[in-house]
Amino acid sequence: MNNKKNIIRLKNITFSYPGSDICTLDTLDLEINKGDRLGMMAPNGSGKTTLLHTIMGLCKPDSGVIEIFGKRLKQEKDFTPIRSKIGLLFQDSDDQLFCPTVLEDVAFGPLNLGFSQQDAIDIAKTTLEKLGIQGVEKNVTHRMSGGQKRLIALAAVLAMEPEVLLLDEPTAGLDNRVREKLINILNGLDITYLVISHDFDFIKAVTDKIYSMESGKILTDEKIHIHRHEHIHKHGKRPHVHK
Amino acid sequence: MIEEKFASGQSFIHKLDPKTRIVAVIILSFAAALCDIFFVAVLYFIISTVLIVMARLNRKDVIERIKPVFWFLLMIWILIPITFDGQILYQFSWLKISGTGVILCCKITIKSITILLLFTSLVATMSIASLGNGLHKLYVPDKLIFLLLMSYRYIAVIEDEYKKLLRAAKFRGFRPKTNLHSYKTFAYLAGMLFVRASFRAQRVHQAMLCRGFNQKFHSLDIYQANRFNFIFLIGISAAGLSLVILEKIWI
Ligand SMILES: Nc1ncnc2c1ncn2[C@@H]1O[C@H](COP(=O)(O)OP(=O)(O)OP(=O)(O)O)[C@@H](O)[C@H]1O
Ligand SMILES: [Mg+2]
Repeated sequence: MNNKKNIIRLKNITFSYPGSDICTLDTLDLEINKGDRLGMMAPNGSGKTTLLHTIMGLCKPDSGVIEIFGKRLKQEKDFTPIRSKIGLLFQDSDDQLFCPTVLEDVAFGPLNLGFSQQDAIDIAKTTLEKLGIQGVEKNVTHRMSGGQKRLIALAAVLAMEPEVLLLDEPTAGLDNRVREKLINILNGLDITYLVISHDFDFIKAVTDKIYSMESGKILTDEKIHIHRHEHIHKHGKRPHVHK
Repeated sequence: MIEEKFASGQSFIHKLDPKTRIVAVIILSFAAALCDIFFVAVLYFIISTVLIVMARLNRKDVIERIKPVFWFLLMIWILIPITFDGQILYQFSWLKISGTGVILCCKITIKSITILLLFTSLVATMSIASLGNGLHKLYVPDKLIFLLLMSYRYIAVIEDEYKKLLRAAKFRGFRPKTNLHSYKTFAYLAGMLFVRASFRAQRVHQAMLCRGFNQKFHSLDIYQANRFNFIFLIGISAAGLSLVILEKIWI
């Protein structure tokens, strides 16, 4: 194979939600290597979120193999140690932020990792500062705006210093300025990540490869060709797949 | 909605360990609730106001906080004197005002305000996370503590969700009336709310797992272990005990 270190490898993963006979993930294969900057664009309901949840062990596949950091993960307890190394940004920030105040929320991860209170506070503050949302530490989480919640959730994920980031539509609800900042932050980070987004320009700016999903399988770069045309086209600006 | 208005402060009370404060408030409020003599109840009331003063809270906010209890008290003042038996104070034709009832009302009034002030000065002066932490150290089961913390965070979310659903229904021309269609719609809304709440609970749990949650809880408030905690607790216990003894001897 290649010389790159394999971080996440999914093989023949099949998953369907209980009570549904549609396979959301159908003999899906995915490999993420160290240093990969992957993007994922696929229609609503194609199973992107489900895929990320499967990687984190939140959805248990019906069959197939999950290998992360070279270890095969089967049970709940196998996933516990890797969850602090892989940071998942949820599609809905309200799910992710559950502490009364912003500072507590961002410090929740570091505290669980065993940092002292003072260290956790420091980590949380620097992470918030890096994202440009300092000064809101004492605010009540559920009273922040949608975009602010997104950034706080991102700070909460980054505060754990993960080795891999899985971002589920990070730009949804962000204004242009914050979106630009996010692009800068992601490009400045030296870590492996997979970004799901419907925002073509954003994905283009922060990733090297763009994947898609169809009928429960991953379509890699070779099979699809998503790009933006300079010429006039009936698809307009929207990215599309050439068959 | 729920605010932690009093939680940040620099007073002596704010610096006490949550554990100490919880134990103190339990001792004092039980003692106050069980006391039977009006004069002793007044003494408890004085203790509670002293604690409020020590916590250096904004007086207006404190009054705002205890306002709701006045409605409850008003109801008691209307009902009990005219329905209670015993020595009659006044009589307007058929309406008898019972003296025992009035005394009882006074006691209830002073006791309920006392207990509220105790909780405001000792418990409301810590953040909800610290409260959870203190309860944890006092061996309250973790499940109950989580219930408290999660409800605190998600009551607002559920309310939002309800408003969203209702708005969605209204935008589609729904007007609540007293007919079957309206009742059915409200039943759907309530049902949807439960479904969403339970899904959300599941997702929040997932999010917690993703951030290394291991059934343990941490709070960010740092409390120095100092002898004041001990002295405060001794003082409170002594005050409670002496008032109980005073009451027993009185009788
Ligand atoms: N909790 C669930 N129970 C049952 N079915 C579900 C559940 N969550 C998702 N599904 C189904 O699984 C499929 C894939 O959902 P998923 O959320 O992974 O899509 P997605 O690609 O993330 O879509 P989007 O772009 O809208 O976020 C959908 O058809 C959806 O109906
Ligand atoms: Mg999704």
